[in-house]
Amino acid sequence: MTFNVLLQNLSNGISLGFLFALIAIGYSMVYGILNLINFAHGDIFMMATFFVYYAIALFSIPWGLAFFVGILLTVLLGISVDRFAYRPLRNSPRISCLCSAIGMSFLLENFAIVVFGGRPKSFFRPEIFTKMYTIFNVRIHSVSIVTPVIAILALLVLTYIIYRTKIGLAMRAISRDFDTANLMGININKTIAFTFAIGSGLAAIGAILWALRYPQIYPYMGIFPGWRAFAAAIMGGIGSIRGATLGGFLVGLLSIMIVVFLPALAGYKDAFIFIGVIIVLLFKPKGLFGEE
Amino acid sequence: MKKNILYFLLSISIILLVIVFIIIANRNFDSYVIRILNLCAIYIILGVSLNLINGFTGQFSLGHAGFMAIGAYLSALLYMSPELKEVNFFIVPLIMPFRVIQLPFFVAVIFAGLFSALIGFLIGIPCLRLKGDYLAIVTFGFSEIIRVIFNNLQNVTNGPIGLKGLPTYTNLWWSFGIAILTVLVVKNLINSSYGRALKSIRENETAAEAMGVNLFFHKSLAFAIGAFFAGLGGALLGSFIMTIDPNTFSFLLTFQLIVIVIVGGLGSITGTVISAIIITVLMETLRSVEAPMNIFGLHVPGIPGMRMLVFAILLMTVVLFFKKGLMGKNEWSWDGLLKKYFPDNER
Repeated sequence: MTFNVLLQNLSNGISLGFLFALIAIGYSMVYGILNLINFAHGDIFMMATFFVYYAIALFSIPWGLAFFVGILLTVLLGISVDRFAYRPLRNSPRISCLCSAIGMSFLLENFAIVVFGGRPKSFFRPEIFTKMYTIFNVRIHSVSIVTPVIAILALLVLTYIIYRTKIGLAMRAISRDFDTANLMGININKTIAFTFAIGSGLAAIGAILWALRYPQIYPYMGIFPGWRAFAAAIMGGIGSIRGATLGGFLVGLLSIMIVVFLPALAGYKDAFIFIGVIIVLLFKPKGLFGEE
Repeated sequence: MKKNILYFLLSISIILLVIVFIIIANRNFDSYVIRILNLCAIYIILGVSLNLINGFTGQFSLGHAGFMAIGAYLSALLYMSPELKEVNFFIVPLIMPFRVIQLPFFVAVIFAGLFSALIGFLIGIPCLRLKGDYLAIVTFGFSEIIRVIFNNLQNVTNGPIGLKGLPTYTNLWWSFGIAILTVLVVKNLINSSYGRALKSIRENETAAEAMGVNLFFHKSLAFAIGAFFAGLGGALLGSFIMTIDPNTFSFLLTFQLIVIVIVGGLGSITGTVISAIIITVLMETLRSVEAPMNIFGLHVPGIPGMRMLVFAILLMTVVLFFKKGLMGKNEWSWDGLLKKYFPDNER
């Protein structure tokens, strides 16, 4: 293997890692606040691509605006998922919340199959996102350049919101101690809805970048990116933004590098990711960056 | 003493009733109804075994499909005839010991169950140190790993093509026989001292440990027994649907079982049995939703996927509005029944 090939794969792995990081943060934030695995997150991710697809195909909105509309609709979807599936269960045992999350995930998937149809659709790709650039003999897809830029911007905004604003303070307070935060006069429901909004918005950004990279959208497309991002969130320490980002990177690089270095084991890619998660959990039960 | 003998006789009579029912069913019902009955029994086996882990021990496991896959594949490899294996493995030949042996169905199923229990025990060693959601994640990861391995291990599992044309050994006798066995074993287990230990782990792990309950042993016990019956159920299911491939045992299957357990009530065998029957029948009757139909002269074409949508909505309704499921933690018992109808008769 030459150095160029390595660079090529590295660039792919890094941009994939940023995508996983964007999705993983959604899982991580919801878990940090509600102690709930939001199984529906991968399906919210899937719905985002369909929103954009229909905005372009049915209403022929220009793509920039369509992306924006898609993100907005996904944010609304995220908030309503919280409102209808999780909020009634705030005081129930965790296991019912988990079941509600699994149910929501299947509800969204089957809704998509019934309404959008099960056949894969091809996502509209603007001219800019189909170009290839050659830098030092390394061919880089323009999406691979755009992804890190947008992801870093989104992460900066997120960090600002969480550490510099009042609602971010409320979110951190709730994740530290739910009941005390409530007693201190923090509006729990509003803050949680806001968390879902941010998580879904990041998932929508990730979904659009994902669809630009792999332009085939179908109702089950959220499952695998969702689970890998979830694995990433756990590996990094669920509840921690830094951890989710690092975990996303690890999973992205791992899934590309296994195919590069061990092509014979390429089929076992997902198994390796989950074995990685299990090993991390065994040695650090709270993940790499989790609070002890 | 008299009471116990009475209850024993009543239980025996229920089993006899089931036997009579099977004889009548075999003679009179058409093959479609018999298929549904078989499925009911298989889902009872799977649901009750999952309830032992999730409901009685309180360990949220999402790995049941993995154990079923192990059971289905191992039993199929043992009971298929060598000729059939040769037809199936046309790309990569099967590895040696499996290529030539053929065992009777019963022995194959028992082997499948035992191997699945062994795997359940081995998986339990590292996993059971984790609690709650982390356990759910790791068991899910385990069932995905099994699926990925089965998709790739061509010389044992035939890869994504799967095994086709399995002989149909599953009939009402096998499925209901093993279902009754499962219910009896799990019922006696949870009414024993082991069962009380399992329930104490569910209620409060720290307190249970302080009272001298060996957490590791009891959790592994629940996992191994659950995995054993999952293996049996998987083996029956494989021989019943005649075609198995790794994607048969996806998360969707685990999800259906979790629905059964939740609807019946976490921690109630009776509830699981009832809900397994209701949901299996419901899944079949809901097929009519997908068929084209006429509503007041308006022709509505069939909508694929509608069945699962209705199913998901039903599940959400149960989870949100009937939080305890059909039975909660209650069991149906002779005691309760007799007290209800003969309240003043102190036995």
